[in-house]
Amino acid sequence: MSNIGSYEKRVEDFSWDTAREILNWKEGELLNIGAICSDRICRMGRGDKPALIWEGFGDRRSVYTFEDLRAYSNGFARFLKDLGIQPGDRVCIFMDKIPSLYFSFLGILKMGAIAQPLFSAFGDESLEVRLASAGTKAILTTSKHVKKVRKVRERLPELKTVVVVEGNPDRVREDEVFFDVEAGPRVDTFEVYPSGPETPSVLHYTSGTTGQPKGALHVHNSVWGQALTASWVLDLRDDDVYWCTADPGWVTGTSYGIIGPWSLGITQCVLDSGFTTSRWYRFIQDNRVTVWYSAPTAIRALMKDGDEVVRNYDLSSLRHLASVGEPLNPEAVIWSGEVFGLKFHDTFWQTETGAMMICNYPGMEIKPGSMGKPFPGIEATVLDLATHEPLQDPGKVGLIAFRPGWPSMFREYWKKPDVYRSKFVGAPDDAMPEELRTGGDLWYVSGDRASIDADGYFWFVGRDDDVINTGGHLVGPFEIESALVEHEAIAEAAAVGKPDEVNMEVVKAFVTLKPGYEPSDELELDIMNFIRKRLSPLAMPQEIEYRDRLPKTRSGKIVRRYLKALEWGEEVGDLSTLSDE
Amino acid sequence: MDEMKEIVLEYIVDEYLDEDEGDEVSYDSPLISSGIVDSFSMVSLKRFLESKYRITLPDEEATPEAFDTVNSICRLVQKHLG
Repeated sequence: MSNIGSYEKRVEDFSWDTAREILNWKEGELLNIGAICSDRICRMGRGDKPALIWEGFGDRRSVYTFEDLRAYSNGFARFLKDLGIQPGDRVCIFMDKIPSLYFSFLGILKMGAIAQPLFSAFGDESLEVRLASAGTKAILTTSKHVKKVRKVRERLPELKTVVVVEGNPDRVREDEVFFDVEAGPRVDTFEVYPSGPETPSVLHYTSGTTGQPKGALHVHNSVWGQALTASWVLDLRDDDVYWCTADPGWVTGTSYGIIGPWSLGITQCVLDSGFTTSRWYRFIQDNRVTVWYSAPTAIRALMKDGDEVVRNYDLSSLRHLASVGEPLNPEAVIWSGEVFGLKFHDTFWQTETGAMMICNYPGMEIKPGSMGKPFPGIEATVLDLATHEPLQDPGKVGLIAFRPGWPSMFREYWKKPDVYRSKFVGAPDDAMPEELRTGGDLWYVSGDRASIDADGYFWFVGRDDDVINTGGHLVGPFEIESALVEHEAIAEAAAVGKPDEVNMEVVKAFVTLKPGYEPSDELELDIMNFIRKRLSPLAMPQEIEYRDRLPKTRSGKIVRRYLKALEWGEEVGDLSTLSDE
Repeated sequence: MDEMKEIVLEYIVDEYLDEDEGDEVSYDSPLISSGIVDSFSMVSLKRFLESKYRITLPDEEATPEAFDTVNSICRLVQKHLG
């Protein structure tokens, strides 16, 4: 019997109080995610239980108990407080998936600051944009990544402190601090910041069609959504060994790679090394992983390597599989059923939603290719593209929208109230974030399109904007285009998603060159590497097409939708507004 | 083959590593499984090899395993050079 039991019954009887019951929560307890995931588990007598089984490259392996988690997160909390970091300050975590990432995340929350995790593969320009936007006060990083921080630090006046938590202390500069939490004395007591439900906790940056990335701000109250979905959708139980493959630089890696499982006291494992099929299967085998939460991109990459390699490993410990990031194609669901004897359960949610919203549940019939049904307590619909009224007819495509008010919903885009307001249909122009979150007749619009079938299953259609979903990560075309035109050879640029067998979409750039430059393979490679280093490997165009001119509207705006339609072999639509120039 | 190894290693050190990390990589050092080169960046590495040696590497052969060391990369390139 799964944790959720009957989906229909859960929908009927739903209350968010169930999350408190699952956590055995007592009225008046301190609502602080950092403490809930460590101190609280220890207080319940489970301090000796493994919390984190970590493996790195070269078969390095460490196991940390919840008691270790408590002490090391205390260590970070005390260290940051002594440095003068204040509650509400943004503290960036910029490192690979090493143990200190997990300890520091909880430590930041324990001392009342806001954790701002960033993907360690970001180049210096992507890093600078996000640190400048957030007014980040301190950054925790490693010897490997501190060089990128050094390149941008002088342009970030609010960034007061740079902390290196791993690597060679001799290479740390005078204006940086070295802090190895495991080398120092264990910090057994720390007075946790008395956060409340609406105290900010995590700031995750996400990309949009226009402008630079936006910071989606979450609060400590999000834990109810993350804990309950971890229990009902991932079906996590006390004896599980759980593996979430996501990097905590992205929201999946914090909501379900830290908060959800640890609030429930679940043992989880982390593999911090590059992707190869054999390494992943060996990791599952060696750690007897029972529940596996991964991404369609990874699943398709495993599929590509065939069934034979699976037979070299004992994967019989697996009992439940789920995926997130982009639509899971039916072939992948069927394949996993054949080779693992278990089907991947697709889940849909976003950085902004903070927790799973539309899912396939254990015990519920999976329709391969479907997103599943709304989580109990979540009111979801699709809105007419023009009128923004909920669609009643099965199969009709509209905008996926949610009724605001679920616990893990983002509370604002950092310092961008107008952009936040624009995400809600029917919002008055002067509505404050609090009104938007609790407004009974509003809809939060996700930016994705879907249809609903007669059985209530949602079916993903695509993005409603130009954002590129590559390997389950959203990449904003504006950010790529801005970086492209900084290349000495490029005059104008447009970035769109093109279809890709493994990553669903990859970035393709269309460029015009400045006088004196000629298209060549060498130039293409130079542009690719230029973007990879400045932004990230995800943002690197995997193809560059040289053009004499780019399609524009009469007002001079580049028409990405035309270029994207060409890539996807779709109708290009009405071109009457395009310029002939 | 030795010259090819030198060229490929130099490219990897220049493009994927910082100046003080070059000495840490040899012909047998894992690139993909160690995280020096990720799956997205493999595309630019593949493009470099194709452009440099005027060959086409089929996607099904450009696997993380085949790209995991300078030695394995050079074996793959050599095969397609005929």
